Amino acid sequence: MNFDFSDDLKQLRDQSRRFLSERCTPAVVRRSLDGQETYAAGLWREIAEMGWIGAAIPEEFGGAGLGYEGLCVLAEEMGRVVAPVPFGSTAYLAAEAILTAGSDAQRQEYLSKLADGSLIGCLALSDGNGNPEPAAIHARVVGGRLTGAKWPVADGGIADIAVVVACDEHRQPGLFVADLTGVRRRDLRTLDPTRNHARLDFEGAPVQALGSGGWGAVQRVLDRAAILFAFEQVGGADACLQMAREYAQERFAFGRPIGSFQAIKHKLADMYVALELARSNAYYGAWALGADATDLPLAAATARVSATEAFHLASKENIQTHGGIGFTWAVDCHLFYRRSKQLALGIGSAPFWKDRLVDLLETRNAA
Amino acid sequence: MDFNDTPEEAAFRAEARAFLTANAEPKTGSRPVLRQSGVDADAVKRCKAWQAKKADAGYAGLTWPKQFGGREASPILQVIYNQEEDDFAIPRGLFEIGLGMCIPTMMSYARPDQLDRYVRPALRGEEVWCQLFSEPAGGSDLAALRTRADRDGDDWVINGQKIWTSGAHLSDFGIIVVRTDPNLPKHEGLTFFFLDMKSPGIEIRPIHQMSGARHFNEVFFTDVRVPDTQRLGAVGQGWKVSLTTLMNERLAVGDVQRPEVDDLLELSRRARIDGKPAIRNGAVREKIAEWHARSQGLKFTRFRTMTALSKGETPGPENSIHKLVNASKLQDIASYGLDLMGAGGLVIDDDLTEAYAMFQSALLSSPSSRIAGGSDEILRNIIAERVLGLPSDIRVDKGKPFNQVPTGKR
Repeated sequence: MNFDFSDDLKQLRDQSRRFLSERCTPAVVRRSLDGQETYAAGLWREIAEMGWIGAAIPEEFGGAGLGYEGLCVLAEEMGRVVAPVPFGSTAYLAAEAILTAGSDAQRQEYLSKLADGSLIGCLALSDGNGNPEPAAIHARVVGGRLTGAKWPVADGGIADIAVVVACDEHRQPGLFVADLTGVRRRDLRTLDPTRNHARLDFEGAPVQALGSGGWGAVQRVLDRAAILFAFEQVGGADACLQMAREYAQERFAFGRPIGSFQAIKHKLADMYVALELARSNAYYGAWALGADATDLPLAAATARVSATEAFHLASKENIQTHGGIGFTWAVDCHLFYRRSKQLALGIGSAPFWKDRLVDLLETRNAA
Repeated sequence: MDFNDTPEEAAFRAEARAFLTANAEPKTGSRPVLRQSGVDADAVKRCKAWQAKKADAGYAGLTWPKQFGGREASPILQVIYNQEEDDFAIPRGLFEIGLGMCIPTMMSYARPDQLDRYVRPALRGEEVWCQLFSEPAGGSDLAALRTRADRDGDDWVINGQKIWTSGAHLSDFGIIVVRTDPNLPKHEGLTFFFLDMKSPGIEIRPIHQMSGARHFNEVFFTDVRVPDTQRLGAVGQGWKVSLTTLMNERLAVGDVQRPEVDDLLELSRRARIDGKPAIRNGAVREKIAEWHARSQGLKFTRFRTMTALSKGETPGPENSIHKLVNASKLQDIASYGLDLMGAGGLVIDDDLTEAYAMFQSALLSSPSSRIAGGSDEILRNIIAERVLGLPSDIRVDKGKPFNQVPTGKR
């Protein structure tokens, strides 16, 4: 039994944590929050130079070949600092879709550029409201040209290419890749301004199909991304717990630290429990990704449900622990509260993943 | 990451499996083994016979020193043995406390000649031990206990009452913490002993639990004499000795009980809501998903602990998470399963009731899981203070002589 990251990856975790705590300070995040920049472009270049974007991309396609466990380690650290960069969109979604569904030529064309930061990627999944399902996909590709509106698309306003979920001539949903040059797009105001979101209006844009189509390919991308996002959520939840813990030790009320009251202690203990369960489920997801296990879909749904719950709980109870000051713009609690919801909604929300989890349990138990 | 045994672990697992296959019956069917039923005279015999066999084969006290019949094995091998034993119908319920808590405490504090006398018979199941800690006035606040021991020549004389003592009526010996000086603050006036449970002046009465079972006891002490040679630790050091015992408790308690999520899933295929199987109902699915995520989270947290053990690290207070999560989950799943049965959920009848009445049984027994061995509230305090480093609660009894600490009416 070796259910832990290797010493090399722990070293990567320590290095990335140190780097991000210096370069991705709350002041940097707030530049995006306040609209001074769409994303932290300087930080993004440095992340690219260190090879983090291509951590899980094989070396033959220009990646660092660290494997999925390496990408998981980095994802947790990105979540911890609410990084205002298109890391998930590029690494877990666009690159993963091209890697798992694309042809060799498409991999050669895109992956090294995504890995070195010269292209930003995104996944155009939703056509407005609703969770991912074939019937909710209205965008259509006819004769290699895509028509339809996709929104909200995380990082859609800054991406160079999009992997688009759209239907083909036979109304069969699948994955397509589109160059976003010339595509009409509009940034959207969202709950989490520290991440760019846009509406993309495709009006006959040329696209290439990624693989032979089918919802299975879409779901495979979502499953794999769910594990990586779970690590971001775990990192965010951990940061909230640490914030709440420090505040509860330093803030005095009724002549004593508020952390000495059981009402606060038990709240923080519950945050800890949710976080540890989520972390353990995410670890299993990391193993499943690395081993490409048959159990991966169930591991992904479980990790997603667990991590979404943990980050939601930690981010709201962190505000509660801070009291009034936690409700101010100036204190960082709301950065995590916003990011918690951004991550919870992006690739299907909790009801979607809970339903899928039980589907998978039913299938497994029937076997 | 991998889930494979090291070569040494794999060899041990195969060896343990071979022993169990040759000597024990495999579990059969889906009928759960309920622990709430207690241990009757017949079960005592079966427990003792199994323990002797296990000890003679070298699987009891795996982590113990060789001089006491152990193997000085790493704790990971104990986990592996437990995993293997779990596939077999093993008579249980008589030695967990003695071997998990009492004898380890003896090993830390008893004299060599006493260890020579007591350890091996306990290991072979010839003698049963119990732990006399909780009192009517000292549960979560254990150090508030009031049972007195007064010095009289070479002896101590014990008067008072203990409660929630598992297996006292089946025990030959017990470990006990008592108050030897009520003029000192509560933690400082305690002293620890071991004693013969057949001593004159000990009266044992079973407690009729809300579940209907009688697994625990009240133990009354009237002028019970214990020689000073049976003191463990110095006079006034009883609290420190107790903590040694309780450290072992956190490792011993907290295994998974049924109904589990899969039992609920099975039930929800048969139960119906709105003319359809309950499993098709969104609210039911959401609950199952949440409990599955918790169960799996605990399972993989255990794997992380095993990994730490395998690397020679010692699990600490973070281990409190297991019982804290499991106990409430058990109560909630039991209650929800009964909701799915509707009125039929009221019935406890082997022929009529779903799933061998395990949901009904768990509903009635699960409140104890949330209390015994550290209540939910105490476990949250442990996580908050010892894992997260939050300051301890303000205590109004701190530094006060115990006999001046306020007491309530209950």
